[in-house]
Amino acid sequence: MQEDKNNHIFAPLNFYSLIKNLMNSYETVFILTPVLSEDQAKEAVQKFEGDIKGMGAKITHLENWGLRKMAYPIQKKSTGFYFLIQFEANGSVIADYELMMKRDERVLRFLTVRMDADHVAYAEKRRAKASTN
Amino acid sequence: MSNDIRYLTPINIDIKKDKYCRFKKSGIKFIDYKDANYLLKLVNEQGKILPRRITGTSAKFQGRVNKAIKRARHLALMPYVGDMLK
Repeated sequence: MQEDKNNHIFAPLNFYSLIKNLMNSYETVFILTPVLSEDQAKEAVQKFEGDIKGMGAKITHLENWGLRKMAYPIQKKSTGFYFLIQFEANGSVIADYELMMKRDERVLRFLTVRMDADHVAYAEKRRAKASTN
Repeated sequence: MSNDIRYLTPINIDIKKDKYCRFKKSGIKFIDYKDANYLLKLVNEQGKILPRRITGTSAKFQGRVNKAIKRARHLALMPYVGDMLK
C-alpha cells in the first residue's frame, strides 16, 4: 500500500527517504593531549575509528601528523598529537559523533568539516602526493 | 637656467601595478586550512588577515581565505595573535 502510493506519478517526492540514505564526505582534525604516550594516543585513535565505523560510516583516510607544537597553548599544553580522519557518513550521525569527541577528555580540540566537491578532489590529490613521497 | 627642479636620482613614482587574484590565476579552487605555511602568505606579521585591496584576491576567494584562516586558528595551526611571523 505504502509503496503504491510512492510509485504514483503524482505522489509527492519523499525527500526524507532521499536524505536518509545520503552519504557525505567529512574530515576531522583533532588534537590529543601530549600527556598520553604514543601507544595511548594510537589506542584513542583506534577507539574513535571503531566509533565512527559503528555509526555506519566508512573511513577513507587516516593521517598521523605526530606530536606538533601548537601556535598557542590550549589547556596549558603547548604541544599535541594531531590526527586527520576522512570518512563518509550520513549527516544525521555527525551530532552524536561530535558529542562523543566533546566528552572525551583526551581530545584538546577538534574540527569536523563537510567536504564539498572541490575539497574531495583536493583530498584525493593530496593523498596521491603523500603516497608517492 | 631653467626653473625645473632636477634630481640626481629619479624619484620613485608609484607605477600602478595590476593586481590579480592569485587563486583565479593559478586555478586553485579549494584553500586548505591544514596548510598553515601557505596561509601565512595571506596574513601580516601580526597574524591579521590581509585585506583584498592589498592582496588583490577576488571577493569569492577572500571569503574562502577568511574561512580557512579562521579554521587554522581554531586548530592552533596559526596564532590568533602573533608577533614577527615573517
